[in-house]
Amino acid sequence: MEDAAVEEAEVSGGAAEFAPALVAAHPLGRSVAVAVGPELRVFDLKASSAVSLSDNSGGGSHSDAIRAISFSANGALFASAGDDKLVKVWKTDSWCCIRTITSEKRVSAVAISNDGTYVTFADKFGVIWLVTMGESGGEQEPTDNKPVSIFGHYCSIITSMKFSPDGRFIATADRDFKIRITSLPKKPLRGAHEIQSFCLGHTDFVSCIAFTCLSEGPSFLLSGGGDSTVRLWDYINGCLLDTCQVRDKVGELLEPNETEDNNLSVADICPTNDGLLVAVAIQSLNGVMLLACDLIAKKLSFLKVVTTEKCYIPTSLSSSFSADLLWTVMGASNMPNQATSQLCTRLKIIPHFKKDPLAGCDHVPTVLEDSEVPHGEKLLLALQGSLDIAKQEEVLASVLAALKVSMHKMLVKKHYSEERREQRKRGRNDKKIKK
Amino acid sequence: MASGDGANGGGGGGQGKLPRKRFYRARAHSNPLSDSHFPIPISPDEVDLSQHYPRYFPSGEGEARQGDAAVPRIRFADVGCGFGGLLVGLSTLFPDTLMIGMELRDKVTEYVKERILALRASNPGKYDNISVVRTNSMKYIPNYFRKAQLSKMFFLFPDPHFKEKNHRRRVISMQLLDEYAYVMEVGGIIYTITDVEELGEWMRSCLEKHPLFEAIPEEETKADPVVKLLSTATEEGQKVARNGGQTFQAIFRRISLQE
Repeated sequence: MEDAAVEEAEVSGGAAEFAPALVAAHPLGRSVAVAVGPELRVFDLKASSAVSLSDNSGGGSHSDAIRAISFSANGALFASAGDDKLVKVWKTDSWCCIRTITSEKRVSAVAISNDGTYVTFADKFGVIWLVTMGESGGEQEPTDNKPVSIFGHYCSIITSMKFSPDGRFIATADRDFKIRITSLPKKPLRGAHEIQSFCLGHTDFVSCIAFTCLSEGPSFLLSGGGDSTVRLWDYINGCLLDTCQVRDKVGELLEPNETEDNNLSVADICPTNDGLLVAVAIQSLNGVMLLACDLIAKKLSFLKVVTTEKCYIPTSLSSSFSADLLWTVMGASNMPNQATSQLCTRLKIIPHFKKDPLAGCDHVPTVLEDSEVPHGEKLLLALQGSLDIAKQEEVLASVLAALKVSMHKMLVKKHYSEERREQRKRGRNDKKIKK
Repeated sequence: MASGDGANGGGGGGQGKLPRKRFYRARAHSNPLSDSHFPIPISPDEVDLSQHYPRYFPSGEGEARQGDAAVPRIRFADVGCGFGGLLVGLSTLFPDTLMIGMELRDKVTEYVKERILALRASNPGKYDNISVVRTNSMKYIPNYFRKAQLSKMFFLFPDPHFKEKNHRRRVISMQLLDEYAYVMEVGGIIYTITDVEELGEWMRSCLEKHPLFEAIPEEETKADPVVKLLSTATEEGQKVARNGGQTFQAIFRRISLQE
């Protein structure tokens, strides 16, 4: 029994440290950023060159795993944050860091308001903090430009945070199955206290959320989670509109021994700009699942899976509004026995990431070969960290093994058996002292 | 102990059936931050009211009547109801209002369940509007109630959590008031009372700072029959009264946001 307890603690401890690699594409297609561990890699697609980041903020550079990256809606700003409790805000024209904010706790999510006025980030206690960017904050309450807490999820780690397209709401998802839609007041420095709705329906942690809309139409919220579902929400009223069980579909594609329950969490989702498609990354699925998203009938339906090579499981997805490219990345840091030199990632691009009404279901997009990638080796070298396929294979094989178990373990609430709980109760420190 | 339980005035016949507290000994406190091991409804739609209020929801009808506007809904929530004194007191005061007590301690919840069943058995037609659920209301309030569903919320003698590092465990905080405001209708009333001055000030200042609540004038609270129950109906309140202690109330109204 004792051994089992120790073992369980170790496994879960390792999983909590695990940090998947992230990718974010500039909304106007000017650049792409990849984060793995403390490393932030940026490639300028216009200049066709790797970007060397500069820092005028006076803060240090990232020293621990980056957990969240995000471009602002117009692409002018970029934010990165993570386990080193630093939130760094970058200007994307020069890729110069203009602000480094120190959080009291580790940061799990970051977002920039649509007009670029505010940066919000969520810490390990589930508290959402807000900082005013630039000098325009002058007419607001006197502020020493420190982050202020605006609301919180009660002691639940925020997994994803997004501003609604109209800028009226902030959506936050957490490990306790919840999505909260909060009204963003005109003066958010006094706190965002009015809850518009809760989107409740997930039966496990919510790992990712994304807003989607038809052009000029109302917007909707998409979410994915540990219950292997992608859900479509009327977030204004907190109504669940449709649920797509991705487990069944993946089950058909994988070999039977690969479909153990906890391996099929939704890792990331990414809708197309036109709102007609959703790309879904699923832990253990070598490829990207495409769902058709009918916002008029309010239905999500399985379309197809774009498969990649066997050892490629994307951890993060992103697309820019201008180019029809879906960027995917695979990689991880903070795994046991991982050297820092091994912060290798693998990048794949899926072209034609849009729903062409004429092509219909017959048109199957395929993943670009490395030789077909725009800017070729230059881009791959900058974002992957290495071009050495043999070395990559070696690193990625270990990442692959970790990914299949850790992605879920990182976010799931721990469940202890009845016996384990009783055992823990008996071993409580306050009881020991009494004896 | 059981003799202090003055609110169980359920008539002589039921006395034998009422649960005895000595068999439901529990710790005085429970950690609200620990992850829970009891079932939680995924959303308010999944709260099975027929289980709680069988007279209002005869079995089998519960599902079919969901969409009906006339379906009664829970209107009062007693958060941290303890041994249920307030619920029992309110039950006869508002005989047509569904109310629920929320309690984190397992054994205490069991006691309240038994108490309500015993009261119902010995007073046919009464106490059908109260029930209790074991849950962590600091984490799962939105799982039980829809937006603007509640007209009254009660926080009577909550744990004081004196240390600053434990202030986040207090059941009234700016963060949690957001959620309470969400489940309360505009015009709804939140009642708080404590015998700990420091906590009383804390709860009052949180409510005063919160843009969705406003203080209710004293003359209005004096006329409110519920206010008397705050210090007399509950076990904690009676204990304080016995010891001649002071209590600190903060009673606020849910208002709509003014910007």
